Amino acid sequence: MYIVNAPVNEVRKIQPGIFLLKAHCPEITKEIKPGQFCNIKVSTTTSPLLRRPFSVCDIEGEYIFFMFNVHGEGTELLSKKEHGELIDVLGPLGNGFDLDGDYDTAVIAAGGLGAAPFPFFTRMLPKNKNVLSFMGGRSKSDIITYGLKNVQAATDDGSFGFKGTIIDLMNEKIDVLKKDKIKIFSCGPNPMLKALKDFCDKHSFEALASTECAMACGFGICQGCPIESSEDDKYYLVCKDGPVFDIKDIKL
Amino acid sequence: MREIDLSVSIGKLKLKNPIMLASGTVGYGNEISNYTDLSKIGGIVTKSVSLKPRKGNPPQRIVETASGMLNAIGLANVGLEAFINEKIPFLEKVNSTLICNIAASTIEEYVECTKTLVSEDAVKAFEINVSCPNVKEGGLVFGNDLKSVGRITEKVRAVTTKPIIIKLSPNTSDIKSFAKIVKDEGADAVSAINTLVGTAFNIKTRKPKIFNVTGGLSGPAIKPVALAKVLEISRNVDIPIIGIGGIMDWKDAAEFMVAGASAVQIGTVNFINPNAGIEIIDGLKEFCRSESIDEISKLTASYIL
Repeated sequence: MYIVNAPVNEVRKIQPGIFLLKAHCPEITKEIKPGQFCNIKVSTTTSPLLRRPFSVCDIEGEYIFFMFNVHGEGTELLSKKEHGELIDVLGPLGNGFDLDGDYDTAVIAAGGLGAAPFPFFTRMLPKNKNVLSFMGGRSKSDIITYGLKNVQAATDDGSFGFKGTIIDLMNEKIDVLKKDKIKIFSCGPNPMLKALKDFCDKHSFEALASTECAMACGFGICQGCPIESSEDDKYYLVCKDGPVFDIKDIKL
Repeated sequence: MREIDLSVSIGKLKLKNPIMLASGTVGYGNEISNYTDLSKIGGIVTKSVSLKPRKGNPPQRIVETASGMLNAIGLANVGLEAFINEKIPFLEKVNSTLICNIAASTIEEYVECTKTLVSEDAVKAFEINVSCPNVKEGGLVFGNDLKSVGRITEKVRAVTTKPIIIKLSPNTSDIKSFAKIVKDEGADAVSAINTLVGTAFNIKTRKPKIFNVTGGLSGPAIKPVALAKVLEISRNVDIPIIGIGGIMDWKDAAEFMVAGASAVQIGTVNFINPNAGIEIIDGLKEFCRSESIDEISKLTASYIL
């Protein structure tokens, strides 16, 4: 694990409201795996004070990519970083997706910015696995297809792709999903993950979920990011025990 | 030029330098040791341990505020037995001074925890948390009651000869009386301050941003309050003070020492820069050199009013 002052190469808007930041970070790119994250300090002052967690979107040689939208002070500052400016990156953190397993098709289920970890994931997937990407959002502008393959979109308002949630869409496609041996890899808002958990229970699908929680440190010392175990009366920490969990193991 | 003496004494507790890592901001040392050399740190105060394990509060436990953060972790900890069997073995190998922070819901529980830990050679001192703002029973209920704080100190004193530090609440208008009573009851030092009670709301949902409704405010936002409390104790009570509250760098640490602290604890900064302790020690050393101070302890209470 490293703390690196990484020079920003560029910040590119890949679609309305969605940015991709590229930074030079060789220490981290040589170790990081899909589904892991970095905790980034976006300013050198005490405002904002804390680091912000971002999952790794992709790597390219010694460059690391983070995908984000502007939803607060921190991401606003990040979106305005110029070439050569430094960001303070702590990582790699968390466990990441386990790409191994006895399956033929990786089914990605992501909501909105939950797409962020999947470009790297898609590239790192073993060659003998197929991929099918279910991407959901409220409307067309929330659907991210960057770096993804075989995308099937679902929007709440029907402005793009299927009208409904991605779980509705996966229900529609249940015959296709049941034909192959699949493993589901998901990331998105909690209500989506909860619906996915029920869906997987019903059909006995194996699924991993990348979860989210407000956190301070990102490596286990602040104890700020609990997620409830589905079996024992205890909390896991999203940062250290996750962020990726077997969806069966957590209460959503 | 001769080496600057960074060592400090907090009553009978000796530290190689005045930088301590605050309870609840370093867990039990293992995670942060990936980022910093703990053997260079003056003292490590472990996450509050209670007699039985505590699950802690549901999320959301943390929210960022202007130059600060609110937390309501709810004293999540592994409990005394696991602390002794699983956490102390790592900590005793670290060449720093280990101070064990104890939290409890009753006076008997404080005594029980202390008694059990007394025989652990690795534990060099106790910090008694009478001021956690985030649990329903105990914590702040004690921290705001002069008699209870006095009684806890007296009862804990009776079961150990190791140094006792009482961690005081800032959520009182009269911190000096608390410092006075713990001194009278035999405490070796006070640490000041614990977090300030605060809250934050989402204006659209009208709901509090943290599950516990209120949380403890920490970070640079509270530094001026903490400095004033340290000064208040320093001017009124003759007891060693460990200063805590929003220290981000060596300048902040030096400021606390000037205001009356014999040593300081750093907390929130560990979440942002887990190597901050060592950077602060280096900065203090450089400061002493530039100010021609041969012993850092001479900074303590060097204020000119």
